[in-house]
Amino acid sequence: MRNRLLLGAFLAALALGPLVLPEFTITLLNYIGLYAMVALGLVLLTGVGGLTSFGQAAFVGIGAYTTAYLTTVHGVSPWLTLPAALAITAAVALFLGFITLRMGGHYLPLGTIAWGISLYFLFGNVDFLGGYTGITGIPALSLLGLEVKSGREFYYLIWAMLLLLVLTTRNLLDSREGRAIRALKGGSLMAEAMGVNTPRAKIIVFTVAALYACLSGWLYAHLQRFVNPTPFSLSQGIEFLFMVVVGGAGHVWGAILGAGVITILKQWLQDWLPRLLGQSGNFEVIVFGLLMILVLHRAREGLWPLLLRLFPAQATRPRVAEAEPLARRTLPDNGSVLLEVNNATKRFGGLVANDDMSLTVRAGEVMALIGPNGAGKTTMFNAISGISPVSSGEVRFLGERVEGLTARDIARRGMSRTFQHVRLLPAMSVLENVAIGAHLRGRRNFLHAACRTERKEEACLLHEAALQIERCGLAEHMYEAAGSLPLGKQRIVEIARALAADPCLLLLDEPAAGLRYLEKKALGELLRRLRHEGMGILLVEHDMDFVMGLADRVVVMEFGQKLAEGLPEEVQRNPAVLEAYLGGVDEHDGY
Amino acid sequence: MDLQIVLLLGQDGITSGAIYALLALALVLVFAVTRVIFIPQGEFVAFGALTLSSLQAGKLPGTLWLLIGLGAAVAFADISWALRHHKMRRVPLILFYNCGVPILLAGYLLAVSPATLPQPVQVALTLAMVVPIGAMIYRLAYQPIAEASVLMLLIVSVAVHVALIGLGLLFFGAEGSRTTPFTDMSFQIGDAVLQGQTVLVVVASLVLIVALYFYFERTIYGKALRATAMNRTGARLMGISANLAGRLSFMLAALIGAFSGVLIAPITTIYYDSGFLIGLKGFVGAIIGGLASYPIAAAGAILVGLLESFSSFYASAFKEVIVFTLIIPVLLWRSLTSRHVEEEE
Amino acid sequence: MATELGENPVAPVVLDVRDLSVSYGKVEALRGINLSIRKGEIVTVIGPNGAGKTTLLSALMGLLPAKGDISYLGEHQGTDRQVEHLVRHGMTLVPERRELFGEMSVEDNLLLGAFDRYRAGHRDHLETMDQVYDIFPRLLERREQMAGTLSGGERQMLAMGRALVAKPKLLMLDEPSLGLAPLIIKEIFRTIAALTKTGVAILLVEQNARAALHVSDRAYVLETGEISLEGPSKELARDPRVIESYLGLGHRH
Repeated sequence: MRNRLLLGAFLAALALGPLVLPEFTITLLNYIGLYAMVALGLVLLTGVGGLTSFGQAAFVGIGAYTTAYLTTVHGVSPWLTLPAALAITAAVALFLGFITLRMGGHYLPLGTIAWGISLYFLFGNVDFLGGYTGITGIPALSLLGLEVKSGREFYYLIWAMLLLLVLTTRNLLDSREGRAIRALKGGSLMAEAMGVNTPRAKIIVFTVAALYACLSGWLYAHLQRFVNPTPFSLSQGIEFLFMVVVGGAGHVWGAILGAGVITILKQWLQDWLPRLLGQSGNFEVIVFGLLMILVLHRAREGLWPLLLRLFPAQATRPRVAEAEPLARRTLPDNGSVLLEVNNATKRFGGLVANDDMSLTVRAGEVMALIGPNGAGKTTMFNAISGISPVSSGEVRFLGERVEGLTARDIARRGMSRTFQHVRLLPAMSVLENVAIGAHLRGRRNFLHAACRTERKEEACLLHEAALQIERCGLAEHMYEAAGSLPLGKQRIVEIARALAADPCLLLLDEPAAGLRYLEKKALGELLRRLRHEGMGILLVEHDMDFVMGLADRVVVMEFGQKLAEGLPEEVQRNPAVLEAYLGGVDEHDGY
Repeated sequence: MDLQIVLLLGQDGITSGAIYALLALALVLVFAVTRVIFIPQGEFVAFGALTLSSLQAGKLPGTLWLLIGLGAAVAFADISWALRHHKMRRVPLILFYNCGVPILLAGYLLAVSPATLPQPVQVALTLAMVVPIGAMIYRLAYQPIAEASVLMLLIVSVAVHVALIGLGLLFFGAEGSRTTPFTDMSFQIGDAVLQGQTVLVVVASLVLIVALYFYFERTIYGKALRATAMNRTGARLMGISANLAGRLSFMLAALIGAFSGVLIAPITTIYYDSGFLIGLKGFVGAIIGGLASYPIAAAGAILVGLLESFSSFYASAFKEVIVFTLIIPVLLWRSLTSRHVEEEE
Repeated sequence: MATELGENPVAPVVLDVRDLSVSYGKVEALRGINLSIRKGEIVTVIGPNGAGKTTLLSALMGLLPAKGDISYLGEHQGTDRQVEHLVRHGMTLVPERRELFGEMSVEDNLLLGAFDRYRAGHRDHLETMDQVYDIFPRLLERREQMAGTLSGGERQMLAMGRALVAKPKLLMLDEPSLGLAPLIIKEIFRTIAALTKTGVAILLVEQNARAALHVSDRAYVLETGEISLEGPSKELARDPRVIESYLGLGHRH
């Protein structure tokens, strides 16, 4: 409630500001608004998506130059140049994204540095764009027949658009694809296993960020009525990034805060530093550089979270409403073969991690895969689920060969998994984490999300997530941050997330590790219930009490090969298994 | 275009290519050892060139004050660390290296008139001032967050770059300068003239590359750096600390940068901000090598030099556009050939 | 008291650990661990997968923060133990993943084992490397070969050799038998047994309980982060509870 009041007060101050503030302040606020738009895109890209760009100023330049050129040379109406500018920006962003985003995270920023420099020199050297002198005489915008000419009029336009962008960004992040985007930072592998197309999600955030920058540039051109290459140089691109880091890369309001702080500080430093140093020049960059290093050392999340600490927020996590249940997959008949691995071999260089492995899992059974450390169990799991495909041999799922498919295509076919090292997004609520599991059960994309036309589907997805959380006995933790749960419970969240995908085969990698006795008992109950419902379960586990009490059949691996297979009792009595576990050194022989 | 022009452009291209190759090697080294994408590499080129030219003009270079300031900051950081860990014995050594040596250097420069010193002494003084700055920057800006993500370290690099550019302007002003050539010899090959200074740049670069090769292949410290790049945990278990490796690699990067600056200072006018573009061209070479392969990075850098020199002949205004657009097909090729799903830290 | 069970109660204690605990975030991976090792002694920690054996070694080596009292060579150690400091004082770890320098020759890998001693001014690395070649003649044959191209057994030998070049006072081995064929395991364990003649204390973490109990003087059984059994290895080798902790034969459902 108090935060709503604060927001209301902020909006009211924004609305009333121009009535009392001097012209100079209005101009400053206009620039802050324009910079904040670019910074907002970078929040999405850097703070949320874990990527970054130094070339945002170049996208601003595309917005400004497109409208400058089209309106002055071809007399096109400014409102028509906006879609043109956005289209050009999107094309460039998609191309740059395509060539850099499939590689390591640092290729995008390096690519954008090169792109920022190239475009700056291009603007400066192309005759029809006016070279370094630029283009003058850009017409004013007209809105509903009124010319938007003065700074005060523009102020309302800029800030209305900025607030609209803030709203859409928040909507976008609070959705199915928004969760996928938020998973990019530190959760790509998990997201892929849940069926998220992570390269696509990366390209989306990069393009959206570029479009925000382009809009800012378009507005800038009509505010200034004149463009030249200087404001679109790489150093401006770097300054945008500074705004985001200082303001708080993880928060939409951080963009506005950062734009404000850096812009005002710059104004002030440009006045004072040359006087202090007795020379003229852009010495503010020294302060900015040191400030950045300080912020990154001492307050990596930026200033906004520090500000939030003064006004502790009440939890406003999404609540689950009643919604129609999602359609369920019809499970295959009990006893029918779900998964069949035939002669699978996996090599890493010269090392053979899986050697001619075969196993089957049927609907309605729990199959346990056991073996000493380094026997190749997790490798087998990764091969089955498509994270690291086999070198030779075949994997059949529901009769279809899947060894060449990507993790997300296999997930789509009804296989879902958990990870040995828990892969949750610690800052997100349990509900949202589990909802990522239901990713493939929704269809609406980020555009629907931005305009909130996917609320019905979103409600269904969250409802489904809530159902799975309750099923796993975690209802009381639904709205807590996943990272705040003890490890045992986090493992159960992983299972709930896998179940939200509505699988017919569940792959569980050490689900009982780190669980207490009662938690293990509850997990055993849950798995028995799932088995009873007809789910097939493949389980890697070290806790032998747990495995032997639960599994229908057991496969024992050693040195990447199958050592034994059979009922739990048979396997426990098998001398080869005993040797594999306790070591095979013959004591009579001196070793 | 006749042969003479081709030779002239080729000569130019190889000269700058040799410098870019040196920088590319430094970038690959720093990235492999510390995961830092060292954007400020180019600033060391500019600082090397401008420090030498200040000395030749008989002025005290601003880099000296930077060295003293950073040294004091490092001493402060290290001594407060030593106090917290009850390692008081280290304090005299910390003070000597970080404060004593810079002050001795300053005292020497004040006592003599630097402009009258022989050129090799001027070069040695330049390196003595610029090279420690590399290690100090590592200590202050990177070491406290050495475990951060590549992205975070990259942002720090950009911040360091920006701060150094500002300091460069403060120290050396906006005017560019050149230094006295090391040699005024020239050779006649057919119709073309081969400048002695150009030969010197290429030969000196080669010598430095060979020296680096021996350092990495034959000395235990060089091997320790390579080991850190290959396996950080393994190296730590051998007692090769990440801090030591970081400081060493940054010092080498600063040495390579300053040395490159000294080499090109007589043939190009260097401004306080010239280093950035020079460094980035080294980067294009390093990226061609995937930030991992030294020979491919060096070859890529020479290609960049040639491309630059020929495009400055054909379309001089678009020289930078052409060089930096080269990165696009390289990235495209790398992207299409890599089938790697990366998990971000 | 564990120390009273040692083979040679007069030899000085190299490592003494009291009430050690290690947490990953909110999860306690190790609780209330007490153990000690004397000079020339082989002590083994056995236990099933996931019991916390590797965590224990990482914590002792300063790779993970830990709580509790650790004294090494009679010196009480503070909370932020640093790997580099421990290496300087003769503590070495041969990790489970070996962590070799794959694109360097066997010889260079061994040389780097002497890095810290070299830095401290010692120049005896060539002799110690020769001694390692005596222990593992196979490494001498492979001297010029890149470490990344070695077989599993040779990698383990190189990892151990690299640790020995550092002239350790405490050698910690994490699963030296992992993934190796039985014949090679024999060879490795024979070497471990022979090493004690040099006076080095060995802390051996193993899943291969039989071999580990056979080679060691004393043993601790680690189960879900706690020490459940301890005693002379010969006694533990006959204790049915050891087998139980591995295969879960105690509980039938």
